[in-house]
Amino acid sequence: MSEMECVMEIPEDAFNPVEPFLRMDRMPHIWCAGCGIGTTVNCFVRALLNSKADLDKVAIVSGIGCTGRVAGYAQMDSFHTTHGRAIPFATGLKLANPELQVVVYSGDGDLFAIGGNHFIHAARRNMDLKVICVNNMIYAMTGGQSAPTTPGHATTSTAPYGVFEPAFNLVSLAEAAGASYVARWTTYHVMQLARSMEEIFKKKGFCFIEVLSPCPTLYQRRNKMGDGLEAMKYYKKASKIRHGAPTSECALTKDGEIVVGKFVDRDRPDYLELLRSQMVESLGERYAEPEMACEDAEVTCSL
Amino acid sequence: MAKGYVAITVERCKGCAFCVEFCPTKVLALSSAFNSKGYHPPNVVAPEKCSGCDLCGMYCPDFAIFGARYAR
Ligand SMILES: Cc1ncc(C[n+]2csc(CCOP(=O)(O)OP(=O)(O)O)c2C)c(N)n1
Ligand code: SF4
Ligand code: SF4
Ligand code: SF4
Ligand SMILES: [Mg+2]
Repeated sequence: MSEMECVMEIPEDAFNPVEPFLRMDRMPHIWCAGCGIGTTVNCFVRALLNSKADLDKVAIVSGIGCTGRVAGYAQMDSFHTTHGRAIPFATGLKLANPELQVVVYSGDGDLFAIGGNHFIHAARRNMDLKVICVNNMIYAMTGGQSAPTTPGHATTSTAPYGVFEPAFNLVSLAEAAGASYVARWTTYHVMQLARSMEEIFKKKGFCFIEVLSPCPTLYQRRNKMGDGLEAMKYYKKASKIRHGAPTSECALTKDGEIVVGKFVDRDRPDYLELLRSQMVESLGERYAEPEMACEDAEVTCSL
Repeated sequence: MAKGYVAITVERCKGCAFCVEFCPTKVLALSSAFNSKGYHPPNVVAPEKCSGCDLCGMYCPDFAIFGARYAR
């Protein structure tokens, strides 16, 4: 079969709008057939395009996992950190160069198991980070072990008789810890997800978007929930859009209703503002704005 | 004539059928042919119905398809 096959007339200069944002030399990617991670990347690219973000001022940080590969595929400044440490790395990046829009793109296991403490404290401090969590309810990359997000009764490679531990409700956790923006979508909701991602590019403070996404290989299959397409159809059928719903009522279950929407959008001073006002208060006229010169290789930062 | 077109990079497709399922005007169907990795890529079965909305492109996890409107 030919490279680009179509019975239609395709203009010579036609191109997939996602490609300029990807390291195409690394395609095809490692994600399985019907995995939802690539779909979230499409939404992210649309958000970058629509928000007209300056790509030289955007950085993507991932932890380890299938989702963590996003940092490696994004054609912009990105860093693939160690497992669980995307948020502390991103925090350092943001503080050293506050001009950057720092995006953390990682999995549920990475952000809420090994990295859980970093998550709640970055939210508490209202660190100006945009955290996108692809929640496939499992540790996918390592073989389908239970995660703190695996819903009760689901079977995993470490819970062959079913998970009995209660799971985290990520949107409620984020709100309670202090996040400025909290939303949840699924990979079925591509337009809404892209819009939410665009919104957080304009929002200051700690922003969190949870995206429910199929892992047909390790979650759906083991739970006899079909393939990626089956998961997408379930998302479509079971989702209810309820903007502003109390997050405590939005816990996810194995096969029940999925409440999606924007739950929190509030303004609190972010970490750098708090730091600055503390410095001004304590030092008065002796306080000087730190010099940030991160354009060149030499970084001067006299904070 | 169709308002839009859809382009498929057959060799990058993994046959998930997201594009087929969520194309609002049912332009696509999975082909019975295989690509070299053994997946069934989509075929354009109703080209005149394509609006170029690029929803197929938004859904495709493998960046293997996109739609666009013809410039007029
Ligand atoms: C310190 C450390 N502990 C454990 C691992 C093994 N490990 C790699 S990815 C992963 C879990 C990934 O789960 P998640 O973040 O949900 O990503 P997914 O693969 O599901 O997208 C684990 C436990 C590791 N790489 N480093
Ligand atoms: S193992 Fe699951 S999450 Fe990882 S690429 Fe495959 S489907 Fe996606
Ligand atoms: S561009 Fe829109 S109408 Fe055309 S095939 Fe894709 S989803 Fe269908
Ligand atoms: S969505 Fe992409 S990978 Fe899936 S069948 Fe369509 S073209 Fe192939
Ligand atoms: Mg996971």
